[in-house]
Amino acid sequence: MPTILEADSGFKELDKYIDGIKEKKGMLIGVLHKAQEIFGYLPVEVQSHVAEKLHVPESTVYGVVTFYSFFTMKPRGKYPIKLCMGTACYVKGGSKLLETLREELEVKGDEPTKNGLFSIHEVRCLGACSMAPVVLVGDNDFHGHVTPHKLLQILDSYRQKEGKRNENKKS
Amino acid sequence: MTVENTILICAGGACISSGEQSVKSTLEEEIKKHGLDSVVKIVETGCMGSCNLGPLMVIYPEGVFYQNLKSQDAKEIVEEHLLKGRVVQRLFYKGPTGEIKPRMKEELPFFTKQVKVVTRNLGIIDPSNIDEYIANDGYFALNKILEWSPERLIEEIKKSGLRGRGGAGFPTGLKWEFTRKSKSSEKYVICNADEGDPGAFMDRSVLEGDPHSVLEGMMIAGYAIGAQYGYIYVRAEYPLAIERLKKAMSQAYEYGLLGKRIFNTNFSFDVELRIGAGAFVCGEETALIRSVEGMRGQPVQKPPYPAQKGVWDKPTVINNVETLANLPVIINKGADWFSSIGTEKSRGTKVLALSGKINNAGLIEVPMGTTLREIIFDIGGGIPNGKKFKAVQTGGPSGGCIPDEYLDTTVDYDSLTKLGTIMGSGGMVVMDEDTCMVDVARYFLEFSAEESCGKCTPCREGTKRMLEILHRIVDGEGKLEDIDSLEELAISIKDTALCGLGQTAPNPVLSTLRYFRDEYESHIKEKRCIARSCKAMIAYTIDSEKCVGCGACARACGVNAVIGKIKEVHKINQEACIKCGSCYVACNFDAVKKVDAVDLVED
Repeated sequence: MPTILEADSGFKELDKYIDGIKEKKGMLIGVLHKAQEIFGYLPVEVQSHVAEKLHVPESTVYGVVTFYSFFTMKPRGKYPIKLCMGTACYVKGGSKLLETLREELEVKGDEPTKNGLFSIHEVRCLGACSMAPVVLVGDNDFHGHVTPHKLLQILDSYRQKEGKRNENKKS
Repeated sequence: MTVENTILICAGGACISSGEQSVKSTLEEEIKKHGLDSVVKIVETGCMGSCNLGPLMVIYPEGVFYQNLKSQDAKEIVEEHLLKGRVVQRLFYKGPTGEIKPRMKEELPFFTKQVKVVTRNLGIIDPSNIDEYIANDGYFALNKILEWSPERLIEEIKKSGLRGRGGAGFPTGLKWEFTRKSKSSEKYVICNADEGDPGAFMDRSVLEGDPHSVLEGMMIAGYAIGAQYGYIYVRAEYPLAIERLKKAMSQAYEYGLLGKRIFNTNFSFDVELRIGAGAFVCGEETALIRSVEGMRGQPVQKPPYPAQKGVWDKPTVINNVETLANLPVIINKGADWFSSIGTEKSRGTKVLALSGKINNAGLIEVPMGTTLREIIFDIGGGIPNGKKFKAVQTGGPSGGCIPDEYLDTTVDYDSLTKLGTIMGSGGMVVMDEDTCMVDVARYFLEFSAEESCGKCTPCREGTKRMLEILHRIVDGEGKLEDIDSLEELAISIKDTALCGLGQTAPNPVLSTLRYFRDEYESHIKEKRCIARSCKAMIAYTIDSEKCVGCGACARACGVNAVIGKIKEVHKINQEACIKCGSCYVACNFDAVKKVDAVDLVED
């Protein structure tokens, strides 16, 4: 895997985005969103780059990155699993799902699993309380009324998908 | 050819996540296959409200309501309903009583007890089509007020009695008047769509289901205060709302309803989206302003109020999504009409998000002054699985819990405040007998402690200390003086914290102490959790008379704590048991019992 500095195409894409903004006043958060979308996370190198492009102190960028929970300075798993910790999900057993997941994946906090496939993220209310408890894998794969059993099935489906992809690569 | 059937499919957040897309694509395929595409129109609408029944659709002109759909059901609907004119009974809603109601929207209390003002277009129009919004009186109000003076507009809103729907309930007209009077050539309107309370999805549903009503509301507010520019600050957690807003904005620009010289008047207005980045405190207005400016969202001292010094230090009005969506209707139907709904001090309606232990979880809108009992039992359909109602939580981390003796309280700003909670943005999480109120208080405190921005000491340190005490109580290590310490801390945080987050953070603790003090006491004195929810105080045992020795519990146990041979009575090794409850769920003979751990020792 190339290091972040070698992944030049990402920086080019980010520069293009920044140059395309007409009014740069107050756009720091928007730019960081874009940067995280491109790189997956916001390491110091990326932050310095953003600071330079937007003519703001690096400390300001760092301050914003560390203030908002959406921004991360650590890489995530390929499939970040977002567990909703909203009230409705909590009342309907969200913490049990978290326990199941931690046990199954053997990870602490939001670090990725050894194979880099998954990472666990406790997130704020996803606004789908009527389907509680809810789990979101990646950005779009949404699951409602999740039980520990169902959660393990979801993990398996991703593992199978990965397994198949690797097989295809071999052949 | 004329359209014979219109099919409305709910494309609200809950329905999409339960498979609306695959139902819709099968439906389209089948309709095409049978050559019906010229006579059947499919419309994806915003949230219809009955989120627990999704995916769902209504077929007009009959108004037949189909629910809980799978993609294969779409085929049957096309073949039976559309082709042969025979309704598919199997897909009707069968309520708790088993009674079949084919025309739900006209028959079920869930729908008939509601009064839809803010959610008028939800479930009726296609949110991604501006023409449908216009056809339902959209942008008429804007056209109308541009002929008025801003002062007359402010008077009309003051007369309507509209109060801010974001939580605090400040009169909207008054807020506008202050900002109007601030002298500046540059002013701003901010739409606060940072709906962060856990258990609240009203704003999300309105943004996704009727984005134009929010845009129109912003322009009306802009005209009133003399602003030319608006920001919509929306949570990053709501990607669909962002997508629909972007689409609505580009359509409005295309139609000349946003931009320069709107309706050929001197009024110009531009709107920009600002996406949040996951910080609850940004719902607080001064923090929100900092975040719109791209900075850390930390609150600042008031005054100066945003009406004098807001975004970029210019006068700014911040209105919540629901407040803004009310405006076009108030203008179209008049302040008198609006103020005829609701109670004397709380006019109009309130959109509520029902969730938790309730049968009809979903989105509803009721007149202010509706009782909690009507909301939870008539509209919400009561508590599932024959359990007993214990409390309803309103106002999220800033609110409190209301016990059953106050179920006849009306929902309006003042009565809820009297009970020690707040209306908040409108999330209602229902709790049953299995919910431990100390644990609920701990949950909310944990939320507030984590979301505290750290700027002021009472909130940063105080919430942490309270949380430590609550953890102790829940873990069975509480001391008698803990209750007093909690109260003392709560009151001093309320009095001294800088912003609304800190000042209201102790509310969940204070309100549970007020109504459920016995639960705190039994945790501390007897080491019993009445709801049998706190792990430290429960144990699982097997009833030797009921156990048939099937072994289901032993297989379910992840730590081999269940001992016993097949066809013999099983036992739980308490030392190995981690109290996960798997055996309790697995047993089909009701033999696994949840008991208070203290009783076990005595045995």
